[in-house]
Amino acid sequence: MTEVPVALQFKDVSFAYPSLQILDGVTFHFHQGEFIALVGPNGSGKTTLLKLILGLEEAQRGTIQLMGGSVKAMRPTIGYVPQHATYDPSFPISVIEVVMMGLVDAKRRLKKQEIRAMAIEALKQVELEDLVNRPYSQLSGGQRRRVLVARALVARPTMLILDEPTANMDQESERRLYQTLERLKGNTTILIVTHDTRFVSDLTDRVFCIDPIVEGSGGRTVVQHALEMVEGDFQKRVRHDVEIPADYCAYPREMPS
Amino acid sequence: MSGFFEILFSPDIPFIRNALFAGILSSVLFGILGSVVTVKRIAGLAGAISHAVLGGIGLALYLSATKIVPNLSPMVGAIVFALLSAILIGVVSLKSKQREDTVIQAIWAIGMSIGVLFMAKTPGYTDPSSYLFGNILLISSRDLILLAILDVVVLLLVWRYYPQIEATSFDEEFAAVRGIPTQLVFLIILSVTAVAVVLLQSFVGIVMVIAMLTLPAGTAGYKARNLASMMIGATLYSFLFSAGGLVLGWSLDLPVGAVVVVLAGLVFLSFATATLIKKKRRNLSSN
Repeated sequence: MTEVPVALQFKDVSFAYPSLQILDGVTFHFHQGEFIALVGPNGSGKTTLLKLILGLEEAQRGTIQLMGGSVKAMRPTIGYVPQHATYDPSFPISVIEVVMMGLVDAKRRLKKQEIRAMAIEALKQVELEDLVNRPYSQLSGGQRRRVLVARALVARPTMLILDEPTANMDQESERRLYQTLERLKGNTTILIVTHDTRFVSDLTDRVFCIDPIVEGSGGRTVVQHALEMVEGDFQKRVRHDVEIPADYCAYPREMPS
Repeated sequence: MSGFFEILFSPDIPFIRNALFAGILSSVLFGILGSVVTVKRIAGLAGAISHAVLGGIGLALYLSATKIVPNLSPMVGAIVFALLSAILIGVVSLKSKQREDTVIQAIWAIGMSIGVLFMAKTPGYTDPSSYLFGNILLISSRDLILLAILDVVVLLLVWRYYPQIEATSFDEEFAAVRGIPTQLVFLIILSVTAVAVVLLQSFVGIVMVIAMLTLPAGTAGYKARNLASMMIGATLYSFLFSAGGLVLGWSLDLPVGAVVVVLAGLVFLSFATATLIKKKRRNLSSN
């Protein structure tokens, strides 16, 4: 039996801004191929947690490992889909150029034709290949979010992180987005960060909640809760009354052949 | 008009030709840097740098006239102040978002005031307005060479780092996740803009540099499909405005810098109005 490698591991992580403790003693992990939801109300520290995972902030205490390595070293293996509330509609850019941006890095420059071919492939994955040359500003909010998913997928990441992926999204775009994620599930680790603490997609394997501040501790911690299927719906209910140790999981299990 | 062209090709009057060359060379900077400044929405920062430059000019004039540092060129003082203010503004912008506006306005005002104070104490008469509004007809061959060198540097940087510049301008957080040193890119953009501001202020003046960094790029932005076409369009508009301003200014005996900016402003406002009307009509027909 081959153990499925750990995709992300937090060990006793604490983080504070100069005048505010945000996270304290956060310990959890999940494995490659899992579909994970990280939920918490607005202002609970989700964005900070996300920044730690993405290497945009550094923890003051504890360790974070991504695919067994440091966050900075393994960051190129992440595909990140931001909520993108700060989008500037006057920025002149086409759909394919946004997707091609997913392959940019500090030094390496691939051939433009190669990048373009990979970008078209990524757009096919989100079913937007017909909009290749359309100005990005002319798309609906849902289509823009799917273009950002394509931008994250173009570098063929092993882990996809989506921040509030369905916020302000129409139902059709939401359905198509989850179809894309369903196809990726198993091969790509998926982490969805959302403020809806009651329900998550039925694709979700496990849910981690940023819980309220515990008396005596400075910041919030992360707790794993149970999930139950909602009858006749494509959602799972978060059982806040059933707590699972944050570092517990059903693994090791066999790698899919 | 024909008089203008006769003078343009006259071997005895080089300053009109120099002015036209300055128009061509500065258009590249206005077009490329202006597009980056516009899409990154840092025109306010560039404005503060361009005005703080007056402090350096005033200080250099004072040090030179009082023989403390003999023959110190105002441009040296301008470059030192431009770079210092660029780094200061850049660091404040990155580290202290809450106080950003106040600090930027303070640098803007203090820089200008230092300039006026030193000029007031400089022996002989120094007119601050010649630095504020520039005079393209006083462009020297040395200015042209410096402009050409900066053009080459900016073109090389954009050619080599276009994807990184585009990514940091469009979505800074995503660019950082992709491993691009976004803060360094931001500080380099500010510093190059600061040096460009110093060279360009002798063409249209400190006050108007910021207008030329935003208006041609803003005009090009209405039709551009991407950042590269915005840069090319803004460069062409800059050249048209510069050449048009030079011809009109010379023919009508008006200050060229001011004519260039009024021309650029009118064209930008026409584009903005036409786009608004078009949008309104589209909304009406779809309702």
